Amino acid sequence: MLKRKLLFAAAAAAVLLSWTGCAGESGNGYVYYLNFKPEADEAWQEIAEEYTKLTGVEVDVVTAASGSYADTLSSQMNKNHAPTLFVCGGVQALDNWHDYCLDLRDSPLTEHLEEDAPCLYGEDGSLCAVGYCYEAYGLIVNKSLLEKSGHSLEEIHDFASLKAAAEDIHSRSAELGFDAFTSAGLDSSSSWRFSGHLAALPLFYEFRENAATTQPAEISGSFLDLYKNVWDMYINNSSVAGGELSAATGGMAEEEFGSGRAVFFQNGSWEYTALTAEDKFAMSPDELTMIPIYCGAEGEDNAGLCCGTENYWAVNSRAEQRNIDATMDFLEWVVTSESGKKMMADSFGVTPFKDHLPSENVFLNDAERMKSEGKYNIDWSFSFTPNTESWRAGVVSALMEYSEGSGSWENVSTAFVDGWKYQYKLEHRILD
Amino acid sequence: MVKNSGIRRAIRLWAPLFILPAFVCFVISFVIPFGQGIYLSFCEFNIPKDAAWSGMDNYTAAFADPSFGRAMLNTFLFAVVSVIVINVPAFFIAYFLSGKFKGVNLFRTAFFVPNLIGGVVLGYIWSMIFDGILRYFGTYLIASPVYGFWGLVILVAWQQIGYMMIIYIAGFQSVPTDMLEAADIDGATRSQTLFRVILPNMISSISVCVFLSLTNGFKLFDQNLSLTGGAPIKTLENGMQVNTTELLALNIYNTYGINRHWHGTAQAKAVIFFLIVGGVSLLQQYLTNRERKIKPAKHTDAKEGKQK
Repeated sequence: MLKRKLLFAAAAAAVLLSWTGCAGESGNGYVYYLNFKPEADEAWQEIAEEYTKLTGVEVDVVTAASGSYADTLSSQMNKNHAPTLFVCGGVQALDNWHDYCLDLRDSPLTEHLEEDAPCLYGEDGSLCAVGYCYEAYGLIVNKSLLEKSGHSLEEIHDFASLKAAAEDIHSRSAELGFDAFTSAGLDSSSSWRFSGHLAALPLFYEFRENAATTQPAEISGSFLDLYKNVWDMYINNSSVAGGELSAATGGMAEEEFGSGRAVFFQNGSWEYTALTAEDKFAMSPDELTMIPIYCGAEGEDNAGLCCGTENYWAVNSRAEQRNIDATMDFLEWVVTSESGKKMMADSFGVTPFKDHLPSENVFLNDAERMKSEGKYNIDWSFSFTPNTESWRAGVVSALMEYSEGSGSWENVSTAFVDGWKYQYKLEHRILD
Repeated sequence: MVKNSGIRRAIRLWAPLFILPAFVCFVISFVIPFGQGIYLSFCEFNIPKDAAWSGMDNYTAAFADPSFGRAMLNTFLFAVVSVIVINVPAFFIAYFLSGKFKGVNLFRTAFFVPNLIGGVVLGYIWSMIFDGILRYFGTYLIASPVYGFWGLVILVAWQQIGYMMIIYIAGFQSVPTDMLEAADIDGATRSQTLFRVILPNMISSISVCVFLSLTNGFKLFDQNLSLTGGAPIKTLENGMQVNTTELLALNIYNTYGINRHWHGTAQAKAVIFFLIVGGVSLLQQYLTNRERKIKPAKHTDAKEGKQK
């Protein structure tokens, strides 16, 4: 309720701001941050207030409603008092906004970045945006249930061992009272987990083999067998049958896992709060962990989690110089001051800044641990997907037909590979 | 007479002042954005502030985009089918509910209520209903373009029949009772009364209802987005992906969403869309107005004949 009120207040502030210009603009410059994450709005408001008290510089934080960031950014950027700081969501967003991204190469912020921090670069080598948090996804495991089923984390180290454990649990699900996987829902609230996140696996291995570092015009789908391995495992070892997946939602899967009805749940580090919150599922952090999505790739014993981000800070190059300066000062303070670092750790977990505080998020810590053990990271290769929403929708349609039994895997493969080629042409306006 | 002309003069004098607020609002919220929209359809832009003139490029791209033609075809088909599926039941329900019997108001209210629910919400509710039913047959709504299409038709019919019914009831009530009595006395059957007396007198209501349902059919967006989202998506042998249940408004929205290079094209499509909807509406209005002009003339002749 409080969150809703705050979001309402933030939206009202956005409207007010657009009417009044920026009431707080002073000689010291002014910071206007268009925040991407509604769940972090409260923390941003508090830190902004503290910074204003400390320095006298006005900081307005406006949060776009969930799912409407691109639209809100477009309308806010069209105004005279546009955001001085905004979030660039990846290569696609960079294509739209690179003209507005200040080159951050020589900014003081970069001095605080870790060497392997995720960054977005322009074609001319300019540093357009810097990642401010990591996210990781994989298979979230309920350790207690796994033990109860007579299996252990130690025995799961590749696709074959994962599948064997899952099949055993599924075959005894009536007796155990829980199943192996949560439902692989293909409703839009859930399908992104498979058309986006899971699809990154075959893409990652293909790009790694071809040493691709930019968006390819075509893909071969040479690793699509891995995708099929995992998908078949999901739909054959959960309580929801393939024919019912079109209506199965993300909330259903979360509920199944949170209430102890499934051992494995493909999702990301952002789920940590919901799973452990007292007023939601109140799971103990000790019973949670995240393992890689084993898919049958060669050498995957050494695979880590899928770690990356879609959260990059970009400074509006068209803002007034004093506002740009104020924004840079504010960002530097956020990543170096004690209050700023605490807020970043509490809200975003592990961040790519040298001085970051440890995070409570078990999943992000798992990702860090695997990285330190020398396991390879599975990159977020889905960020190269052309015309993302449409390409994903094509894959989901084919997956639905395949799962329900009316379509073949061939159709999934066609939607994946031929769909890529078509959507690439569309995105780049290559009109036949 | 003097008093009347005084009032008329006062109205003429002060009218502009009273019209001004609404006119200003109309200019700000419609005329300017509309003009800007037309201008942007000739530009390449990410945000309107950055618009750069690109001539007819966007229109060329819009017509070259096969998805646009397909969405247009889908839309025409949908509009025609939905006009029939909405208006025929609405007319007969209104005919039935124009009578006087116990609970008539309750029925009218019950039929009207679906109209009060927003399009997006309706889309999600109906997708659950359809999927719930189709599950018994081992399938689901977006398994086939045919299910998706008829799903949309059923949804809008359920939503709009009640609204059109109210307009038709008003139409039934405005049919002159003397004509109905005359038909009764002359021994006209129920169907003769309906088709020869009531229908010709209800051309205005029919015109309004057909106009509304036709334009609603063309403009349909929320329900299309939330019920099928354009799915199922078929990948053809040549690699082309087809959103089989995508209507024009959704096609424009999806085009805008590709990236900034398509914003102008989406705008051009929107202008073409406006011209189509405007053209079809004008044509429909012209045809029904012509009909309306013919009918009363016949009616006067008949009346005169009777008096003789």
